[in-house]
Amino acid sequence: MSERLTALRETIRQILPQVDGVIGLKTGPAGIVAPYLFKPGHPEMLDSLALWPKEPVPDTLKIIQKAYPNARLAIVCRGCEERGVVEMFKHAQVSLENLTLIGLQCVQEEALFCRCAKPYTVHARVTVGSPIAGVPDPLTEAFAAKSQAEKLAFWKEQFQHCIKCYGCRNICPQCFCNVCALEDEKWVETGRLPLPNPSLYHIIRAMHMTAKCVACRECEETCPAGIPLAIHFRLVARDVKEMFHYETGAVIEQKPPQLLTLEEGDYERSGLP
Amino acid sequence: MEYHNVLTTCPYCGTGCALHLQVLDHQLVGVLPAKNHPISQGGLCIKGWNAHAFVNHKDRLQTPLVRKGGKLVTATWDEALALIAEKLSALKAESGPDSIGVFASAKCTNEENYLIQKFARAVIGTNNVDHCARL
Repeated sequence: MSERLTALRETIRQILPQVDGVIGLKTGPAGIVAPYLFKPGHPEMLDSLALWPKEPVPDTLKIIQKAYPNARLAIVCRGCEERGVVEMFKHAQVSLENLTLIGLQCVQEEALFCRCAKPYTVHARVTVGSPIAGVPDPLTEAFAAKSQAEKLAFWKEQFQHCIKCYGCRNICPQCFCNVCALEDEKWVETGRLPLPNPSLYHIIRAMHMTAKCVACRECEETCPAGIPLAIHFRLVARDVKEMFHYETGAVIEQKPPQLLTLEEGDYERSGLP
Repeated sequence: MEYHNVLTTCPYCGTGCALHLQVLDHQLVGVLPAKNHPISQGGLCIKGWNAHAFVNHKDRLQTPLVRKGGKLVTATWDEALALIAEKLSALKAESGPDSIGVFASAKCTNEENYLIQKFARAVIGTNNVDHCARL
């Protein structure tokens, strides 16, 4: 891991003079890691550069670009974060213009932690580390093998633990609607406990993340109740791939299915009015 | 153009979850959980996720208020503290120290809570010490 850290530090050091800032991770007080904007003229800050734990950096990019749309930026991104940046670009949340992607390849240990199928970047021209193959996701596979009734029982049990912190929604870089359907009075009745019906909450969110989730697993990591949320997002992603031939983050030019305009004759009437 | 995170402790209860305040150009723009923190381990509840919301809220009091003639009027800290000291002293002289109680808070640090119980016992002279988390 330290070899990769040295290589990443050197890469950023070389890129820094050409940009206004590089988004990466920095170790702070007590060794706690957080996103940080490294600036040219302060290379000493790179002494605190960190690799792990990963953070939702596509969101950091959005925050900075919103205030500085013309800034020349670079971002250190892992495979999932690169996919996140690409999807957010497609939904006009971030700009790829004036942006350098520094691809950080995950190591086996990190891929296993995330049960990640694609622990590598595909678009970044500057990369650090050697790409490794994806690893299986035993939790998702075990869930997919269950019967319909077992699946329902599994989620009912899991969602019982939900404390409705909205952390899964808040941390998700792909959750960027200005008005969130989950905050509707219907689901969040003021002055009453319990708050929203947890099953509906999670299913609504899963549907809203269709063709958007990039499998970064930030939601699962931040869940104080330990709900394995990545399972349903990954299975929705599998369906999207089968039905719409769409994989998030894979092809920059390919429009996500929910942004497609259907032309006359492109589809068959479903029988609904 | 400056972006960094400030590590702090959630002010809402006594658990002590850590959170990052996201700062863009000296402006507070949001909260991020602290993943490798031993207490909260990257998790937060709905209060922690919104811990930044009150900081610049328009309803937040910026100065003490003193009730004068039935109306709350802006006051300086010196004025407010002098009034509190005067009233507490009068109450103590009139009805005894046990007519006064002190409410500490789970939002305070251990040190602040130590100081307030010390103030109750050593200065006022009462054991009437309680706090909001003892529901």
